[in-house]
Amino acid sequence: MKRVSVKMNFILTTILVIGSGFFLLFANNSFGDYWSRIITLIAIYAIMAVSYTLVNGVTGIFSLGHAGFIAVGAYTAALLTLPIHQKAMSFFIQPLIWPLNSIQMGFLPATIIGGIVAAFFAFIVGYPSLRLTGDYFAIATLAFAEIIRIVIQNSYSITNGALGLKGIPSYTTIWWSWGWLLVTIVVIGSLKFSSYGRALRALSEDTVAARAMGINVFRHQLMAFVVSGFFAGIGGALYAHWLTTIDPRPTSLGIMLTFYVLIMIVLGGLGSISGAVLGAIFFAIAAQWLRIVESPMNLFGLKIPGIPGMSMLIFATVFILIMLFWRRGIMGKRELSWQLFYNFFLKEAGDRN
Amino acid sequence: MIEISKKKSVLKLENLTIKFGGLTAVDSFNGYLNEGELVGLIGPNGAGKTTIFNMITGIYKPTFGNVIFNNIDITGMKPHVITHLGVARTFQNIRLFSEMTVLENVLVGEHSWLTNFAAQKVLYKHNPKVYRRPKWKPWFWSAVLKTPDYLKMEREMRDHALELLKAVDLERYANLKASALPYGPQRKLEIARALATKPMLLLLDEPAAGMNPQETQELLEFIENIRKRFSLTILLIEHDMKFVMGICERIYVLDYGKIIAHGLPKEIQNNKKVIEAYLGDEVYV
Ligand SMILES: Nc1ncnc2c1ncn2[C@@H]1O[C@H](COP(=O)(O)OP(=O)(O)OP(=O)(O)O)[C@@H](O)[C@H]1O
Ligand SMILES: [Mg+2]
Repeated sequence: MKRVSVKMNFILTTILVIGSGFFLLFANNSFGDYWSRIITLIAIYAIMAVSYTLVNGVTGIFSLGHAGFIAVGAYTAALLTLPIHQKAMSFFIQPLIWPLNSIQMGFLPATIIGGIVAAFFAFIVGYPSLRLTGDYFAIATLAFAEIIRIVIQNSYSITNGALGLKGIPSYTTIWWSWGWLLVTIVVIGSLKFSSYGRALRALSEDTVAARAMGINVFRHQLMAFVVSGFFAGIGGALYAHWLTTIDPRPTSLGIMLTFYVLIMIVLGGLGSISGAVLGAIFFAIAAQWLRIVESPMNLFGLKIPGIPGMSMLIFATVFILIMLFWRRGIMGKRELSWQLFYNFFLKEAGDRN
Repeated sequence: MIEISKKKSVLKLENLTIKFGGLTAVDSFNGYLNEGELVGLIGPNGAGKTTIFNMITGIYKPTFGNVIFNNIDITGMKPHVITHLGVARTFQNIRLFSEMTVLENVLVGEHSWLTNFAAQKVLYKHNPKVYRRPKWKPWFWSAVLKTPDYLKMEREMRDHALELLKAVDLERYANLKASALPYGPQRKLEIARALATKPMLLLLDEPAAGMNPQETQELLEFIENIRKRFSLTILLIEHDMKFVMGICERIYVLDYGKIIAHGLPKEIQNNKKVIEAYLGDEVYV
């Protein structure tokens, strides 16, 4: 089998990135507002999915707390970019505390700070939770995420409580979201394909053997959890400035969102970065498509009223079916690579000749 | 009798004891290994042999007693620190990272090169004159940012791993999944992976289990070979008596957690207590 050389890989990847850039430029200008927004959302979902698969796939620990870190990133960044007069207007139950009430900054620093604060929360949550294993860890992270949500819901002087934040500037464009996705993929990919990534994959298979190989299992898991938290926060910041309104209902930045991202990474193949991106694309498009089933329909003269939650029901069913019959998902643990394409197309062509 | 050698002591086990609930799995085990020795640890099923390995490597904490490695008391230290100090092991039922390639399995062992700060601190505290003051390097960031420093390290790791694979004659399998290897090579790979951590003391838990006589003979030569090549001190557990008698310089016999005999192979072969212990179990000798 011929190997695709490093240089060739680099050239092809650069071409792909630039090509995607042109495609996005084209899409942005001529697909109309609606599809531009969906394409932006795809990248936001992909950021959430890639960061989630680092923990649940590569490191092999089952966290259910991802939405908690997304929420932290969303709120942090939104509080930093909200115009001061908007803050004064929104916070009518309790005024926003100093210094948040007098800060307004640009999108980029706000996003980065959102990521850092989320990473800090990931550390706080991960440190005690990672003492637990398996199901107990999943339950602990789920509980922590719920605590984060409830604290947000009740801290009127910081988050405006159940009223949520309104009038967040809609800064998130195709460029911001796809740009950050590129950063996310490069960083998490670079981590996965380094000595540290090998250590993570090893401990995901067998913690006892990994320890005997000199891997500090707890440290490495925590490291993955914090990196994942950082990018979850970035995703949250972008999401907030895409939605322009955020609130702490379980269906917006709560367990529901964790569940959505879980569907994406399972669909794409747990542990695969390219799989996570594919999963996000499929999910975002399917979610739009499934909105039809929630709106009132006229089926052969039969009037069906819109059933809210119907799309969720379908997603849940699809999720169960994947878990039962197609556990490896689109990519399995593999990554899309030029080698894979080469083997698939050229080798087959060669065989036919 | 065994002559008291003047060689450097690598491992000393002092009154090593562990209890699981009411069961005393290992009871006041006293033993030693000197530099370069190859010592056997035998005994019927359930005697406590693997448990001793688990205490040496930090997987279990002894109820009391001490593990002294290179004159450092390592009792109760974390497994990864003990590995970084120079103790490596294999497992009774092979525990390879089966989803990873053969090469990657070895590279995982070499990850310790980047993360051995805690062990270096232990060494420096133990003897500041001999060991250098440890310097912490942000390897994690270098790895993510792919700094020249890291890339150089990665190349060194890869070269060393391939060299190791060559030494154990697994080079041609380098890019194969570990689970795709036949049984014998899997055992060898587990040893190669242990060697990647650059150990001084190697603990082998039943390396010949499941091998036919010819494979066992090859393994014997293989162990002799790596022992010389990597200047190892080896402690090995094995049920195959021919193998043990053929390779070990000294043997400890364990039964119900207690040492019932200790000596040269030919002394053990004719020891009445040993024969009794085995007759109650199965005839090996
Ligand atoms: N974690 C544990 N909890 C409870 N009992 C244990 C534990 N580990 C080992 N034991 C017990 O300790 C005793 C010694 O077990 P060990 O595995 O060390 O035996 P062994 O000499 O290696 O036997 P074999 O030749 O079958 O491998 C056994 O009775 C075993 O059941
Ligand atoms: Mg055993």
